[in-house]
Amino acid sequence: MSNLALALRDSSTMLRRNLLHARRYPSLTLNLLLTPVMLLLLFVYVFGDAMSAGIGGGDRSDYIAYIVPGLLLMTIGSTTIGTAVSVANDMTEGIIARFRTMAIHRGSVLVGHVVGSVVQSILSVVLVGAVGVAIGFRSADATALEWLAAFGLLVLFTLALTWIAVGMGLVSPNAEAASNNAMPLIFLPLISSAFVPVDSMPGWFQPVAEYQPFTPAIETLRGLLLGTGIGHNGWLAVVWSLALTALGYLWATAKFNNDPK
Amino acid sequence: MTHPAIAAYGLRKSYGDKTVLDGVDLTVPEGTIFSLLGPNGAGKTTAVKILSTLVTADAGDIRVGGHDLATDPQAVRAAIGVTGQFSAVDGLITGEENMLLMADLHHLSRREGRRVATELLERFDLTDAARKPASTYSGGMKRRLDIAMTLVGGPRIIFLDEPTTGLDPRSRHNMWQIIRELVAGGVTVFLTTQYLEEADELADRIAVLHGGRIAAEGTAEELKRMIPGGHVRLRFTDPAVYRTAVSALREAAYDDETLTVQIPSDGSQRDLRSVLDRLDAAGIEADELTVHTPDLDDVFFALTGSAAVPDQADQADRTDQTEETTVR
Repeated sequence: MSNLALALRDSSTMLRRNLLHARRYPSLTLNLLLTPVMLLLLFVYVFGDAMSAGIGGGDRSDYIAYIVPGLLLMTIGSTTIGTAVSVANDMTEGIIARFRTMAIHRGSVLVGHVVGSVVQSILSVVLVGAVGVAIGFRSADATALEWLAAFGLLVLFTLALTWIAVGMGLVSPNAEAASNNAMPLIFLPLISSAFVPVDSMPGWFQPVAEYQPFTPAIETLRGLLLGTGIGHNGWLAVVWSLALTALGYLWATAKFNNDPK
Repeated sequence: MTHPAIAAYGLRKSYGDKTVLDGVDLTVPEGTIFSLLGPNGAGKTTAVKILSTLVTADAGDIRVGGHDLATDPQAVRAAIGVTGQFSAVDGLITGEENMLLMADLHHLSRREGRRVATELLERFDLTDAARKPASTYSGGMKRRLDIAMTLVGGPRIIFLDEPTTGLDPRSRHNMWQIIRELVAGGVTVFLTTQYLEEADELADRIAVLHGGRIAAEGTAEELKRMIPGGHVRLRFTDPAVYRTAVSALREAAYDDETLTVQIPSDGSQRDLRSVLDRLDAAGIEADELTVHTPDLDDVFFALTGSAAVPDQADQADRTDQTEETTVR
Protein backbone atom coordinates (compact mmCIF):
# COMPACT_ATOMS: atom_id res chain seq x y z
CA MET A 1 0.00 0.00 0.00
CA SER A 2 1.37 3.38 -0.90
CA ASN A 3 2.10 5.90 1.80
CA LEU A 4 -0.83 8.11 0.91
CA ALA A 5 -3.29 5.22 0.73
CA LEU A 6 -1.99 4.02 4.11
CA ALA A 7 -2.38 7.50 5.57
CA LEU A 8 -5.94 7.81 4.25
CA ARG A 9 -7.00 4.36 5.37
CA ASP A 10 -5.56 4.67 8.88
CA SER A 11 -6.85 8.21 9.27
CA SER A 12 -10.36 7.16 8.33
CA THR A 13 -10.14 4.29 10.82
CA MET A 14 -9.08 6.77 13.51
CA LEU A 15 -11.87 9.14 12.46
CA ARG A 16 -14.39 6.33 12.88
CA ARG A 17 -13.00 5.69 16.36
CA ASN A 18 -13.26 9.37 17.21
CA LEU A 19 -16.83 9.73 16.00
CA LEU A 20 -17.76 6.54 17.83
CA HIS A 21 -16.47 8.13 21.04
CA ALA A 22 -18.45 11.30 20.33
CA ARG A 23 -21.61 9.35 19.59
CA ARG A 24 -21.27 7.15 22.69
CA TYR A 25 -20.39 10.03 24.98
CA PRO A 26 -21.98 13.18 23.58
CA SER A 27 -22.16 14.93 26.97
CA LEU A 28 -18.85 16.76 26.61
CA THR A 29 -19.77 18.28 23.26
CA LEU A 30 -23.30 19.07 24.42
CA ASN A 31 -22.00 20.79 27.57
CA LEU A 32 -19.67 22.95 25.53
CA LEU A 33 -22.50 23.72 23.15
CA LEU A 34 -24.55 25.01 26.03
CA THR A 35 -22.24 27.98 26.66
CA PRO A 36 -22.79 29.79 23.33
CA VAL A 37 -26.51 29.03 23.37
CA MET A 38 -26.87 30.41 26.90
CA LEU A 39 -24.81 33.46 26.00
CA LEU A 40 -26.93 34.02 22.93
CA LEU A 41 -30.18 33.92 24.91
CA LEU A 42 -28.70 35.94 27.77
CA PHE A 43 -27.37 38.72 25.59
CA VAL A 44 -30.50 38.92 23.46
CA TYR A 45 -33.24 38.55 26.07
CA VAL A 46 -31.60 39.86 29.25
CA PHE A 47 -29.05 42.46 28.09
CA GLY A 48 -30.66 42.93 24.69
CA ASP A 49 -32.00 46.45 25.17
CA ALA A 50 -28.79 47.84 26.60
CA MET A 51 -26.72 46.04 24.00
CA SER A 52 -28.75 47.23 21.04
CA ALA A 53 -28.42 50.77 22.35
CA GLY A 54 -24.69 50.11 22.54
CA ILE A 55 -24.38 49.25 18.86
CA GLY A 56 -25.99 52.52 17.90
CA GLY A 57 -29.72 52.32 18.43
CA GLY A 58 -32.00 49.93 16.65
CA ASP A 59 -34.12 47.31 18.33
CA ARG A 60 -33.46 43.85 19.65
CA SER A 61 -33.59 42.22 16.20
CA ASP A 62 -30.66 44.41 15.13
CA TYR A 63 -28.69 43.06 18.04
CA ILE A 64 -29.66 39.48 17.15
CA ALA A 65 -28.24 40.10 13.68
CA TYR A 66 -25.12 41.59 15.23
CA ILE A 67 -24.44 38.88 17.80
CA VAL A 68 -25.22 35.64 15.91
CA PRO A 69 -22.11 35.65 13.65
CA GLY A 70 -19.94 36.30 16.72
CA LEU A 71 -21.55 33.47 18.63
CA LEU A 72 -21.12 31.08 15.71
CA LEU A 73 -17.38 31.65 15.96
CA MET A 74 -17.50 31.46 19.72
CA THR A 75 -19.16 28.06 19.30
CA ILE A 76 -16.08 26.93 17.40
CA GLY A 77 -13.81 28.20 20.18
CA SER A 78 -15.96 26.48 22.76
CA THR A 79 -16.18 23.08 21.09
CA THR A 80 -12.45 23.01 20.38
CA ILE A 81 -11.90 23.09 24.16
CA GLY A 82 -13.56 19.70 23.97
CA THR A 83 -10.91 18.70 21.43
CA ALA A 84 -8.10 19.67 23.81
CA VAL A 85 -9.77 17.75 26.63
CA SER A 86 -10.42 14.63 24.59
CA VAL A 87 -6.89 14.61 23.15
CA ALA A 88 -5.40 14.98 26.65
CA ASN A 89 -7.67 12.19 27.88
CA ASP A 90 -6.79 9.99 24.97
CA MET A 91 -3.06 10.43 25.52
CA THR A 92 -3.39 9.06 29.05
CA GLU A 93 -4.94 5.88 27.59
CA GLY A 94 -2.78 2.84 27.04
CA ILE A 95 -4.26 2.42 23.59
CA ILE A 96 -2.16 5.33 22.30
CA ALA A 97 1.00 3.45 23.30
CA ARG A 98 -0.39 0.51 21.37
CA PHE A 99 -0.95 2.66 18.28
CA ARG A 100 2.65 3.85 18.51
CA THR A 101 3.95 0.29 18.38
CA MET A 102 1.83 -0.62 15.35
CA ALA A 103 2.83 -0.27 11.72
CA ILE A 104 0.25 2.40 11.03
CA HIS A 105 0.54 5.89 9.64
CA ARG A 106 1.77 7.86 12.61
CA GLY A 107 -0.16 11.04 11.96
CA SER A 108 -3.45 9.19 11.63
CA VAL A 109 -4.12 9.35 15.37
CA LEU A 110 -4.09 13.15 15.30
CA VAL A 111 -5.80 13.45 11.93
CA GLY A 112 -8.63 11.30 13.30
CA HIS A 113 -9.00 13.69 16.22
CA VAL A 114 -8.86 16.78 14.01
CA VAL A 115 -11.35 15.65 11.40
CA GLY A 116 -13.68 14.27 14.06
CA SER A 117 -13.52 17.54 15.95
CA VAL A 118 -14.11 19.65 12.86
CA VAL A 119 -17.21 17.57 12.10
CA GLN A 120 -18.47 18.05 15.66
CA SER A 121 -17.71 21.77 15.66
CA ILE A 122 -19.52 22.34 12.39
CA LEU A 123 -22.53 20.38 13.65
CA SER A 124 -22.47 22.55 16.77
CA VAL A 125 -22.28 25.70 14.65
CA VAL A 126 -25.30 24.49 12.69
CA LEU A 127 -27.20 23.87 15.94
CA VAL A 128 -26.36 27.29 17.40
CA GLY A 129 -27.19 28.82 14.04
CA ALA A 130 -30.57 27.09 14.15
CA VAL A 131 -31.24 28.61 17.59
CA GLY A 132 -30.25 31.96 16.13
CA VAL A 133 -32.71 31.54 13.28
CA ALA A 134 -35.38 30.41 15.73
CA ILE A 135 -35.08 33.64 17.70
CA GLY A 136 -35.18 35.74 14.58
CA PHE A 137 -31.79 35.85 12.86
CA ARG A 138 -32.08 36.34 9.11
CA SER A 139 -29.32 36.91 6.57
CA ALA A 140 -29.63 40.03 4.43
CA ASP A 141 -29.96 38.56 0.93
CA ALA A 142 -26.77 36.52 1.03
CA THR A 143 -26.17 34.81 -2.33
CA ALA A 144 -25.42 31.10 -2.63
CA LEU A 145 -21.80 32.00 -3.21
CA GLU A 146 -21.73 34.08 -0.03
CA TRP A 147 -23.27 31.22 1.95
CA LEU A 148 -20.64 28.91 0.50
CA ALA A 149 -17.87 31.37 1.38
CA ALA A 150 -19.30 31.69 4.90
CA PHE A 151 -19.31 27.92 5.29
CA GLY A 152 -15.77 27.70 3.94
CA LEU A 153 -14.61 30.36 6.38
CA LEU A 154 -16.18 28.53 9.30
CA VAL A 155 -14.54 25.24 8.31
CA LEU A 156 -11.15 26.85 7.77
CA PHE A 157 -11.31 28.69 11.07
CA THR A 158 -12.42 25.50 12.85
CA LEU A 159 -9.51 23.60 11.34
CA ALA A 160 -7.10 26.24 12.62
CA LEU A 161 -8.46 26.27 16.18
CA THR A 162 -8.70 22.48 16.23
CA TRP A 163 -5.02 21.96 15.40
CA ILE A 164 -4.11 24.49 18.08
CA ALA A 165 -6.41 22.70 20.53
CA VAL A 166 -4.80 19.35 19.66
CA GLY A 167 -1.41 20.86 20.50
CA MET A 168 -2.81 22.16 23.78
CA GLY A 169 -4.23 18.72 24.54
CA LEU A 170 -0.87 17.08 23.85
CA VAL A 171 1.07 19.34 26.21
CA SER A 172 -1.51 18.91 28.98
CA PRO A 173 -0.95 16.07 31.42
CA ASN A 174 -4.68 15.55 32.05
CA ALA A 175 -8.16 16.71 31.13
CA GLU A 176 -8.30 19.49 33.77
CA ALA A 177 -5.03 20.99 32.60
CA ALA A 178 -6.20 20.77 28.99
CA SER A 179 -9.40 22.57 29.82
CA ASN A 180 -7.41 25.35 31.56
CA ASN A 181 -4.82 25.60 28.80
CA ALA A 182 -7.56 25.91 26.21
CA MET A 183 -9.24 28.82 28.00
CA PRO A 184 -8.03 31.41 25.46
CA LEU A 185 -10.22 29.69 22.87
CA ILE A 186 -13.33 30.75 24.78
CA PHE A 187 -11.87 33.95 26.24
CA LEU A 188 -10.71 35.50 22.97
CA PRO A 189 -14.24 35.78 21.53
CA LEU A 190 -15.25 37.79 24.62
CA ILE A 191 -12.67 40.44 23.77
CA SER A 192 -13.48 40.45 20.06
CA SER A 193 -16.21 42.24 18.16
CA ALA A 194 -18.60 39.37 18.95
CA PHE A 195 -20.69 41.23 21.55
CA VAL A 196 -19.84 44.91 21.07
CA PRO A 197 -18.11 46.78 18.26
CA VAL A 198 -14.35 47.25 18.62
CA ASP A 199 -14.64 51.06 18.34
CA SER A 200 -16.75 51.10 21.52
CA MET A 201 -13.76 49.71 23.46
CA PRO A 202 -11.04 51.84 25.13
CA GLY A 203 -8.58 53.19 22.59
CA TRP A 204 -5.53 51.36 23.96
CA PHE A 205 -7.39 48.07 23.75
CA GLN A 206 -8.79 48.45 20.25
CA PRO A 207 -5.70 47.13 18.36
CA VAL A 208 -5.74 43.96 20.51
CA ALA A 209 -9.43 43.38 19.84
CA GLU A 210 -9.19 44.28 16.19
CA TYR A 211 -6.27 42.11 15.14
CA GLN A 212 -6.77 39.00 17.27
CA PRO A 213 -7.97 36.06 15.17
CA PHE A 214 -11.65 36.16 16.12
CA THR A 215 -12.53 39.71 15.12
CA PRO A 216 -11.51 39.46 11.43
CA ALA A 217 -13.34 36.12 11.15
CA ILE A 218 -16.47 37.56 12.81
CA GLU A 219 -16.42 40.69 10.67
CA THR A 220 -15.97 38.62 7.51
CA LEU A 221 -18.88 36.39 8.47
CA ARG A 222 -21.02 39.45 9.17
CA GLY A 223 -20.06 40.88 5.82
CA LEU A 224 -20.97 37.67 3.99
CA LEU A 225 -24.30 37.11 5.75
CA LEU A 226 -25.43 40.67 6.50
CA GLY A 227 -23.78 42.70 3.78
CA THR A 228 -21.69 44.86 6.12
CA GLY A 229 -18.24 45.94 4.97
CA ILE A 230 -15.53 43.29 5.04
CA GLY A 231 -12.51 45.33 4.01
CA HIS A 232 -9.15 43.95 5.09
CA ASN A 233 -10.88 41.51 7.48
CA GLY A 234 -11.35 38.96 4.69
CA TRP A 235 -7.71 38.29 4.02
CA LEU A 236 -6.81 38.80 7.68
CA ALA A 237 -9.21 36.00 8.58
CA VAL A 238 -7.78 33.71 5.92
CA VAL A 239 -4.18 34.50 6.88
CA TRP A 240 -4.92 33.93 10.57
CA SER A 241 -6.63 30.61 9.78
CA LEU A 242 -3.83 29.32 7.56
CA ALA A 243 -1.12 30.47 9.96
CA LEU A 244 -2.79 28.92 13.00
CA THR A 245 -3.43 25.70 11.08
CA ALA A 246 0.22 25.44 10.07
CA LEU A 247 1.45 26.38 13.55
CA GLY A 248 -0.93 23.99 15.30
CA TYR A 249 -0.09 21.18 12.89
CA LEU A 250 3.67 21.56 13.33
CA TRP A 251 3.37 21.94 17.09
CA ALA A 252 1.03 18.97 17.54
CA THR A 253 2.93 16.57 15.28
CA ALA A 254 6.26 17.51 16.87
CA LYS A 255 4.80 16.87 20.33
CA PHE A 256 3.22 13.61 19.26
CA ASN A 257 6.43 12.34 17.67
CA ASN A 258 8.38 12.92 20.87
CA ASP A 259 9.01 9.88 23.01
CA PRO A 260 6.14 9.42 25.43
CA LYS A 261 7.01 9.81 29.09
CA MET B 1 20.08 -19.39 8.52
CA THR B 2 17.76 -18.20 11.22
CA HIS B 3 18.55 -15.06 13.11
CA PRO B 4 17.44 -14.43 16.68
CA ALA B 5 14.00 -12.86 17.12
CA ILE B 6 15.47 -10.17 19.32
CA ALA B 7 19.10 -9.15 19.56
CA ALA B 8 20.27 -6.11 21.49
CA TYR B 9 23.81 -5.06 22.27
CA GLY B 10 24.91 -2.30 24.56
CA LEU B 11 21.42 -0.99 25.23
CA ARG B 12 21.57 2.27 27.16
CA LYS B 13 18.94 4.68 28.33
CA SER B 14 18.91 7.40 30.91
CA TYR B 15 16.30 9.92 31.93
CA GLY B 16 18.14 13.02 33.04
CA ASP B 17 20.72 11.96 35.62
CA LYS B 18 19.08 8.64 36.20
CA THR B 19 20.62 5.79 34.24
CA VAL B 20 17.92 3.19 33.72
CA LEU B 21 19.69 0.80 31.35
CA ASP B 22 23.45 0.71 31.49
CA GLY B 23 24.68 -1.52 28.70
CA VAL B 24 22.22 -4.38 28.39
CA ASP B 25 22.84 -7.28 25.98
CA LEU B 26 19.99 -9.60 25.11
CA THR B 27 19.48 -12.39 22.61
CA VAL B 28 16.19 -14.19 22.25
CA PRO B 29 16.02 -17.15 19.85
CA GLU B 30 12.89 -17.57 17.76
CA GLY B 31 10.00 -19.51 19.23
CA THR B 32 11.14 -19.25 22.84
CA ILE B 33 9.98 -17.47 25.96
CA PHE B 34 12.48 -15.07 27.38
CA SER B 35 11.83 -13.55 30.75
CA LEU B 36 13.32 -10.35 32.00
CA LEU B 37 13.15 -10.52 35.74
CA GLY B 38 13.76 -7.71 38.15
CA PRO B 39 12.40 -5.76 41.09
CA ASN B 40 10.24 -2.69 40.54
CA GLY B 41 12.23 0.11 39.00
CA ALA B 42 14.92 -2.17 37.60
CA GLY B 43 14.27 -0.94 34.05
CA LYS B 44 12.19 -3.83 32.72
CA THR B 45 9.47 -1.61 31.31
CA THR B 46 12.02 0.74 29.77
CA ALA B 47 13.64 -2.24 28.05
CA VAL B 48 10.27 -3.31 26.63
CA LYS B 49 9.45 0.22 25.54
CA ILE B 50 12.73 0.49 23.66
CA LEU B 51 12.52 -2.95 22.03
CA SER B 52 8.93 -2.28 20.96
CA THR B 53 9.85 1.09 19.33
CA LEU B 54 7.90 3.14 21.85
CA VAL B 55 10.91 5.10 23.11
CA THR B 56 14.32 5.52 21.55
CA ALA B 57 17.45 4.18 23.19
CA ASP B 58 20.40 6.47 23.90
CA ALA B 59 22.77 3.83 22.52
CA GLY B 60 22.78 0.24 21.39
CA ASP B 61 22.42 -1.98 18.33
CA ILE B 62 18.98 -3.50 18.28
CA ARG B 63 17.50 -5.91 15.80
CA VAL B 64 13.96 -7.18 16.23
CA GLY B 65 12.56 -9.73 13.80
CA GLY B 66 15.71 -9.21 11.73
CA HIS B 67 15.06 -5.50 11.24
CA ASP B 68 17.25 -2.72 12.52
CA LEU B 69 15.18 -0.82 15.04
CA ALA B 70 16.95 2.47 14.47
CA THR B 71 16.63 2.59 10.69
CA ASP B 72 13.45 0.65 10.04
CA PRO B 73 11.10 0.95 13.02
CA GLN B 74 8.00 0.41 10.84
CA ALA B 75 9.26 -3.04 9.78
CA VAL B 76 9.85 -3.88 13.44
CA ARG B 77 6.33 -2.69 14.29
CA ALA B 78 4.89 -4.90 11.58
CA ALA B 79 6.54 -7.92 13.19
CA ILE B 80 5.66 -7.35 16.82
CA GLY B 81 2.70 -7.21 19.16
CA VAL B 82 2.86 -5.43 22.48
CA THR B 83 0.83 -5.73 25.64
CA GLY B 84 2.06 -3.11 28.02
CA GLN B 85 1.85 -3.00 31.75
CA PHE B 86 -1.10 -0.68 31.68
CA SER B 87 -4.17 -1.73 29.83
CA ALA B 88 -3.94 -0.74 26.17
CA VAL B 89 -7.60 -1.08 25.36
CA ASP B 90 -9.96 1.70 24.39
CA GLY B 91 -12.29 1.82 27.40
CA LEU B 92 -14.89 3.99 25.70
CA ILE B 93 -15.83 1.42 23.08
CA THR B 94 -16.86 -2.23 23.36
CA GLY B 95 -14.55 -5.21 23.34
CA GLU B 96 -15.75 -6.14 19.87
CA GLU B 97 -15.18 -2.60 18.58
CA ASN B 98 -11.67 -2.70 20.02
CA MET B 99 -11.02 -5.89 18.09
CA LEU B 100 -12.45 -4.49 14.86
CA LEU B 101 -10.37 -1.34 15.32
CA MET B 102 -7.26 -3.51 15.43
CA ALA B 103 -8.44 -5.44 12.37
CA ASP B 104 -8.89 -2.16 10.48
CA LEU B 105 -5.45 -0.93 11.50
CA HIS B 106 -3.95 -4.20 10.27
CA HIS B 107 -5.78 -3.58 6.98
CA LEU B 108 -7.79 -6.76 7.09
CA SER B 109 -10.86 -6.92 4.89
CA ARG B 110 -14.16 -6.36 6.66
CA ARG B 111 -15.07 -10.04 6.48
CA GLU B 112 -11.61 -11.21 7.56
CA GLY B 113 -11.60 -8.68 10.40
CA ARG B 114 -14.96 -9.94 11.69
CA ARG B 115 -13.78 -13.53 11.48
CA VAL B 116 -10.54 -12.85 13.39
CA ALA B 117 -12.32 -10.70 16.00
CA THR B 118 -15.02 -13.31 16.65
CA GLU B 119 -12.46 -16.10 16.82
CA LEU B 120 -10.18 -14.30 19.28
CA LEU B 121 -13.05 -13.09 21.46
CA GLU B 122 -14.20 -16.70 21.62
CA ARG B 123 -10.72 -17.99 22.37
CA PHE B 124 -10.25 -15.52 25.20
CA ASP B 125 -13.67 -16.19 26.64
CA LEU B 126 -14.96 -12.69 25.94
CA THR B 127 -17.85 -13.48 23.63
CA ASP B 128 -20.49 -12.74 26.27
CA ALA B 129 -18.92 -9.39 27.12
CA ALA B 130 -18.11 -8.44 23.53
CA ARG B 131 -20.82 -5.80 23.29
CA LYS B 132 -20.08 -4.12 26.61
CA PRO B 133 -17.76 -1.11 26.92
CA ALA B 134 -14.24 -2.26 27.76
CA SER B 135 -14.16 0.13 30.73
CA THR B 136 -16.69 -2.10 32.50
CA TYR B 137 -14.43 -5.17 32.25
CA SER B 138 -12.68 -6.70 35.25
CA GLY B 139 -8.89 -6.59 35.43
CA GLY B 140 -8.55 -10.12 34.12
CA MET B 141 -10.98 -9.49 31.25
CA LYS B 142 -9.18 -6.30 30.25
CA ARG B 143 -5.89 -8.15 30.22
CA ARG B 144 -7.39 -10.89 28.05
CA LEU B 145 -8.86 -8.33 25.66
CA ASP B 146 -5.50 -6.60 25.60
CA ILE B 147 -3.73 -9.78 24.53
CA ALA B 148 -6.49 -10.65 22.07
CA MET B 149 -5.99 -7.22 20.44
CA THR B 150 -2.25 -7.82 20.31
CA LEU B 151 -2.86 -11.06 18.42
CA VAL B 152 -5.09 -9.60 15.69
CA GLY B 153 -2.26 -9.00 13.24
CA GLY B 154 -0.66 -12.40 13.91
CA PRO B 155 2.61 -11.00 15.29
CA ARG B 156 5.62 -13.33 15.36
CA ILE B 157 7.18 -11.61 18.36
CA ILE B 158 5.12 -10.61 21.37
CA PHE B 159 6.17 -8.36 24.21
CA LEU B 160 4.30 -8.83 27.47
CA ASP B 161 5.16 -6.35 30.19
CA GLU B 162 4.13 -7.83 33.53
CA PRO B 163 1.10 -9.56 32.03
CA THR B 164 -0.10 -11.03 35.31
CA THR B 165 0.52 -8.16 37.71
CA GLY B 166 -2.70 -7.47 39.57
CA LEU B 167 -4.44 -10.64 38.43
CA ASP B 168 -5.99 -13.14 40.82
CA PRO B 169 -4.40 -16.62 40.93
CA ARG B 170 -6.92 -18.18 38.56
CA SER B 171 -6.51 -15.43 35.96
CA ARG B 172 -2.77 -15.73 36.34
CA HIS B 173 -2.85 -19.43 35.56
CA ASN B 174 -5.12 -18.77 32.59
CA MET B 175 -2.63 -16.21 31.34
CA TRP B 176 0.21 -18.70 31.67
CA GLN B 177 -1.80 -21.17 29.64
CA ILE B 178 -2.36 -18.52 26.96
CA ILE B 179 1.34 -17.74 26.82
CA ARG B 180 2.26 -21.42 26.50
CA GLU B 181 -0.20 -21.81 23.63
CA LEU B 182 1.30 -18.83 21.84
CA VAL B 183 4.77 -20.31 21.97
CA ALA B 184 3.47 -23.68 20.88
CA GLY B 185 2.36 -21.86 17.73
CA GLY B 186 5.93 -20.72 17.08
CA VAL B 187 5.64 -17.21 18.45
CA THR B 188 8.52 -15.65 20.36
CA VAL B 189 7.53 -14.16 23.71
CA PHE B 190 9.48 -11.52 25.58
CA LEU B 191 8.06 -11.41 29.06
CA THR B 192 8.86 -9.20 31.99
CA THR B 193 7.83 -10.15 35.46
CA GLN B 194 8.61 -9.49 39.07
CA TYR B 195 7.34 -12.93 40.01
CA LEU B 196 10.11 -15.49 40.16
CA GLU B 197 7.58 -18.28 40.09
CA GLU B 198 6.26 -16.97 36.79
CA ALA B 199 9.68 -16.87 35.14
CA ASP B 200 10.44 -20.33 36.52
CA GLU B 201 7.14 -21.66 35.22
CA LEU B 202 7.26 -20.21 31.72
CA ALA B 203 10.61 -19.04 30.52
CA ASP B 204 13.16 -20.92 28.46
CA ARG B 205 15.73 -18.37 29.46
CA ILE B 206 15.73 -15.83 32.24
CA ALA B 207 17.76 -12.67 32.59
CA VAL B 208 17.90 -10.90 35.92
CA LEU B 209 17.98 -7.16 35.48
CA HIS B 210 19.51 -5.24 38.32
CA GLY B 211 20.78 -1.71 38.45
CA GLY B 212 20.45 -1.29 34.70
CA ARG B 213 22.55 -4.34 33.91
CA ILE B 214 21.95 -8.02 33.38
CA ALA B 215 23.13 -9.53 36.65
CA ALA B 216 22.74 -13.10 35.42
CA GLU B 217 21.27 -14.99 32.52
CA GLY B 218 20.43 -18.60 31.90
CA THR B 219 17.76 -21.25 32.27
CA ALA B 220 15.97 -21.45 35.60
CA GLU B 221 18.09 -24.51 36.43
CA GLU B 222 21.32 -22.78 35.53
CA LEU B 223 20.43 -19.82 37.68
CA LYS B 224 19.56 -22.05 40.61
CA ARG B 225 22.90 -23.80 40.30
CA MET B 226 24.65 -20.47 40.66
CA ILE B 227 23.95 -20.30 44.35
CA PRO B 228 24.51 -22.71 47.22
CA GLY B 229 22.33 -25.76 46.91
CA GLY B 230 19.57 -27.19 49.04
CA HIS B 231 20.22 -28.48 52.48
CA VAL B 232 18.77 -29.76 55.69
CA ARG B 233 19.47 -27.41 58.53
CA LEU B 234 19.76 -28.66 62.09
CA ARG B 235 19.77 -26.27 64.98
CA PHE B 236 20.94 -27.13 68.44
CA THR B 237 20.68 -25.44 71.79
CA ASP B 238 23.15 -27.65 73.66
CA PRO B 239 26.78 -27.01 72.52
CA ALA B 240 27.77 -30.55 73.51
CA VAL B 241 25.15 -32.11 71.26
CA TYR B 242 26.16 -29.66 68.54
CA ARG B 243 29.78 -30.80 68.73
CA THR B 244 28.73 -34.45 68.52
CA ALA B 245 26.73 -33.64 65.42
CA VAL B 246 29.62 -31.80 63.80
CA SER B 247 31.99 -34.70 64.30
CA ALA B 248 29.41 -37.27 63.18
CA LEU B 249 28.32 -35.45 60.03
CA ARG B 250 31.64 -34.91 58.33
CA GLU B 251 30.39 -33.45 55.05
CA ALA B 252 28.17 -30.88 56.72
CA ALA B 253 28.75 -27.17 56.93
CA TYR B 254 28.48 -25.77 60.42
CA ASP B 255 28.27 -22.51 62.24
CA ASP B 256 29.62 -22.40 65.81
CA GLU B 257 27.91 -19.14 66.67
CA THR B 258 24.36 -20.19 65.92
CA LEU B 259 24.97 -23.89 66.62
CA THR B 260 23.57 -24.92 63.26
CA VAL B 261 24.63 -27.68 60.92
CA GLN B 262 23.76 -27.77 57.24
CA ILE B 263 23.72 -31.06 55.41
CA PRO B 264 23.59 -30.85 51.61
CA SER B 265 20.35 -32.36 50.37
CA ASP B 266 18.15 -32.18 47.32
CA GLY B 267 15.12 -32.20 49.60
CA SER B 268 13.67 -35.44 48.18
CA GLN B 269 11.90 -37.91 50.44
CA ARG B 270 14.56 -40.58 49.90
CA ASP B 271 17.39 -38.19 50.64
CA LEU B 272 15.64 -36.84 53.70
CA ARG B 273 15.12 -40.38 55.06
CA SER B 274 18.82 -41.19 54.70
CA VAL B 275 19.70 -37.99 56.56
CA LEU B 276 17.31 -38.92 59.38
CA ASP B 277 18.67 -42.48 59.46
CA ARG B 278 22.20 -41.17 59.90
CA LEU B 279 21.09 -38.84 62.67
CA ASP B 280 19.36 -41.72 64.44
CA ALA B 281 22.38 -43.95 64.00
CA ALA B 282 24.60 -41.32 65.59
CA GLY B 283 22.02 -40.69 68.30
CA ILE B 284 21.70 -37.06 67.48
CA GLU B 285 18.53 -35.21 68.25
CA ALA B 286 18.34 -31.69 66.84
CA ASP B 287 16.17 -29.05 68.43
CA GLU B 288 14.97 -27.88 65.08
CA LEU B 289 15.10 -29.32 61.58
CA THR B 290 14.26 -27.42 58.42
CA VAL B 291 14.49 -28.45 54.77
CA HIS B 292 15.68 -25.77 52.40
CA THR B 293 15.41 -26.16 48.62
CA PRO B 294 16.90 -23.44 46.44
CA ASP B 295 14.45 -21.52 44.32
CA LEU B 296 14.71 -18.51 42.09
CA ASP B 297 14.08 -16.33 45.12
CA ASP B 298 17.49 -17.31 46.44
CA VAL B 299 19.06 -16.53 43.09
CA PHE B 300 17.23 -13.27 42.88
CA PHE B 301 18.16 -12.09 46.34
CA ALA B 302 21.72 -13.30 45.99
CA LEU B 303 22.13 -11.48 42.70
CA THR B 304 20.29 -8.27 43.43
CA GLY B 305 21.36 -8.23 47.10
CA SER B 306 18.82 -5.56 47.75
CA ALA B 307 18.78 -3.73 51.05
CA ALA B 308 15.48 -5.33 51.95
CA VAL B 309 17.01 -8.75 52.41
CA PRO B 310 20.63 -8.28 53.50
CA ASP B 311 20.56 -11.29 55.83
CA GLN B 312 19.81 -13.75 53.15
CA ALA B 313 22.60 -12.55 50.91
CA ASP B 314 25.05 -12.54 53.80
CA GLN B 315 24.09 -16.01 54.81
CA ALA B 316 24.59 -17.29 51.30
CA ASP B 317 28.12 -15.93 51.36
CA ARG B 318 28.90 -17.44 54.70
CA THR B 319 27.54 -20.83 53.77
CA ASP B 320 29.69 -20.69 50.69
CA GLN B 321 32.85 -20.22 52.74
CA THR B 322 32.08 -22.87 55.29
CA GLU B 323 31.30 -25.32 52.56
CA GLU B 324 34.64 -24.74 50.97
CA THR B 325 36.41 -25.42 54.26
CA THR B 326 34.63 -28.68 54.83
CA VAL B 327 35.29 -29.91 51.32
CA ARG B 328 38.99 -29.43 51.90
